[in-house]
Amino acid sequence: MVTEQQLETLDININMGPQHPSTHGVFRMVLTIDGERIVDVEPHIGYMHRGGEKLSETMDFRQCIGYQDRTDYLAQFMNEQAYCMAVEKLIGLEVPERAEYIRVLLCELNRITSHFMFVGAFGIDLGSFGTTFTYGFREREFIQDIFEEVTGERLMYGYFRPGGVVWDLPPNFVQRVREVLPQTKQGLHDLDMLLTSNEIFCARTRGVGIISVEDAISFGLSGPMLRACGVPWDLRKDKQYSIYDRFDFDIPVGQYGDVYDRYLVRMEEIRQSIRIVEQALAQLPEGPILPEKLPRKLRAPVAEVYAAVEGARGEYGIYVVSKGGDKPYRLKIRSPSFCNLSALKRMTVGNYIADAVAILGSVDIVLCDVDR
Amino acid sequence: MLALTYDVGNIWLDSLLGLIVIVLMMTLTVLMLIYVERKVSARMQQRLGPMRVGPYGILQTTADMIKLLTKEDLRPAGADRWTFEIAVFAIFVPTFLAFVAIPFTHDWAVSFLDLGLFYIVAVTGLSFVGLVMAGWASDNKYALLGGMRAAAQLISYEIPMVLALLAVSMVTGSLSIRDIVMFQGRVPLFVWQPLAFFIYIVAALAELERQPFDIPTAESEVVGGPFIEYSGIRWSMFMLAAYTNLFIYSLLGAMIFLGGWNWPLGMSAGLWLQILLTFVKTSFLILFFIWVRFTLPRLRIDQLMSYCWKVLIPLAFLQVFLNGLVLVYKWPDGILLITSGAGLLLAAYVIDRAVRVETRAVRLVPANPQRAARPAAPVEAGG
Repeated sequence: MVTEQQLETLDININMGPQHPSTHGVFRMVLTIDGERIVDVEPHIGYMHRGGEKLSETMDFRQCIGYQDRTDYLAQFMNEQAYCMAVEKLIGLEVPERAEYIRVLLCELNRITSHFMFVGAFGIDLGSFGTTFTYGFREREFIQDIFEEVTGERLMYGYFRPGGVVWDLPPNFVQRVREVLPQTKQGLHDLDMLLTSNEIFCARTRGVGIISVEDAISFGLSGPMLRACGVPWDLRKDKQYSIYDRFDFDIPVGQYGDVYDRYLVRMEEIRQSIRIVEQALAQLPEGPILPEKLPRKLRAPVAEVYAAVEGARGEYGIYVVSKGGDKPYRLKIRSPSFCNLSALKRMTVGNYIADAVAILGSVDIVLCDVDR
Repeated sequence: MLALTYDVGNIWLDSLLGLIVIVLMMTLTVLMLIYVERKVSARMQQRLGPMRVGPYGILQTTADMIKLLTKEDLRPAGADRWTFEIAVFAIFVPTFLAFVAIPFTHDWAVSFLDLGLFYIVAVTGLSFVGLVMAGWASDNKYALLGGMRAAAQLISYEIPMVLALLAVSMVTGSLSIRDIVMFQGRVPLFVWQPLAFFIYIVAALAELERQPFDIPTAESEVVGGPFIEYSGIRWSMFMLAAYTNLFIYSLLGAMIFLGGWNWPLGMSAGLWLQILLTFVKTSFLILFFIWVRFTLPRLRIDQLMSYCWKVLIPLAFLQVFLNGLVLVYKWPDGILLITSGAGLLLAAYVIDRAVRVETRAVRLVPANPQRAARPAAPVEAGG
């Protein structure tokens, strides 16, 4: 008889990614598994590195905008907002009232589309065969159409400029958004019915991938990941920027910091964003969209600035070092996905393989944002 | 019209005829099922589904089949050649064999076996061997994981399914499917045995590896599981087996629990009506399985196993025990309904207790009162 102790067992390594349907892009996890349980996780990143930060050093301040869309390609307006805020701070540009409102409107709509994308992809990770995905994408598509009407693009908008936005909104914009918002609310309700109180969904997500407040803060998590742990940290309130002090909205905060809380926080953030959009639509003033005296070539003084926005995934920050002239000397992006992903090992070890997929989905990473 | 029990006198010719009929039926059914599943799922997901090939895309599956047939048949270099190639047949043949014993109407079947139910359970139970073989031989860790998952899942769920069918055959006193259907001339068996019906449906979902039990082939975890390295014609054989299984389990459910080719309340039905009734009842179950597949997320492997061993198997034993009591003491038929109904209520209660979820909501904070202050109490895990 051979007892269990005498049997020689071996943990196997599984390469999840870079081509795997649930890694949300080209990301590779080397899982060491003991049966179905995960013993160790080793994340490998860098497959999407395109050197956007270095390339920005060869561009002048306006040309850099194009690279900002390409980091977090699901929340492009927020990236542009962060970059434009940094340049405005550097050069000292005043943004006109109307441009600020347009930016807030588009950013919040973008937060809605990004979170819908999350819910859809998360449903697929949990094995819901595409139904959540199409539900999420239907609502996303209506808003995407509005973006297309405003910017002429569907993915890489390049609409914000240092000092404002590049051109004015189309005349029927307010009406279009007002038409779409009830549909968005209905879609949110449908997704709620499909997932939020579904027993299997709860069994798969509750108590899985818990991260404590201390860990969350020391890993530098931000956005919904941090708020799901119970920390009401939202840059729109805590490091107030743009005109977010004029709107009445709440910060959704989770209780346990597990996968389910992250989902709930994002769903609630969609509702809060709808509130902001409604208020901004009511207040939207007329006026110029760019400053009166905007120099043709933006020249910066010798200075260093940091500007951050509350992106859909967390704090998206831009650090610009200028040695004078019309180009940034160094441009550093603090991307939320990168920091959020760093906690992956802490969350997954000891769980099942299926949980690893759910946890990675709940982090809601964009690989282009991780690797830049 | 070709009667399936056509008797030419020559045993070889008879068998050949039966085989031809089965192969034709299987292929046509699968072609239709794939189309139906695509269209119904599209409907649920606000899509159109296939629309390009043929009117309303009805030829799409045919086109896909041609594509699969002309694809290169790949075998990984490190694969165990013979196991890899035989695995396909080890999955395909059992489903093929199960067809032999299922009657479609009162007079139509390739073979009316007296032990038909036993035979079907026995041969369909074999298909997991093929999955394990495919998983082992593919030289792929995902396939291996999927194969192991398949073995665990299919063997576990075989037990409640067999027990549910055993309960039925206790009531009807026969293992011949024709006898069981004829027993339901007045009232279909799901009325007498609701608990067994429930167990059968859940176990069938697991045996079919469809959501919420598609763990062996989970796309987002093991990327197709045992099938990951297969391509072209071999892969299409797997699909053929999967959809034939769907048809067989639905047909079996329709025969055994929904009354097969009978009208309820003892009205007699002619041949065409019998075919129609079988078709409608089978379609009902097939559409139910499709509906479930496109609504629910997937369970995790430990949850799946504990649901089987802690909930379904005890309930199935309970059903067998209750039927035994009724039969031993020769209580009237109504007691069957009462005991099984009570069992179903118990099942509902147990399952509700097991999976009930408290609604959990997020807290809404208007603004951060103390900036950078950490919450006082440590956060406890739970849920």
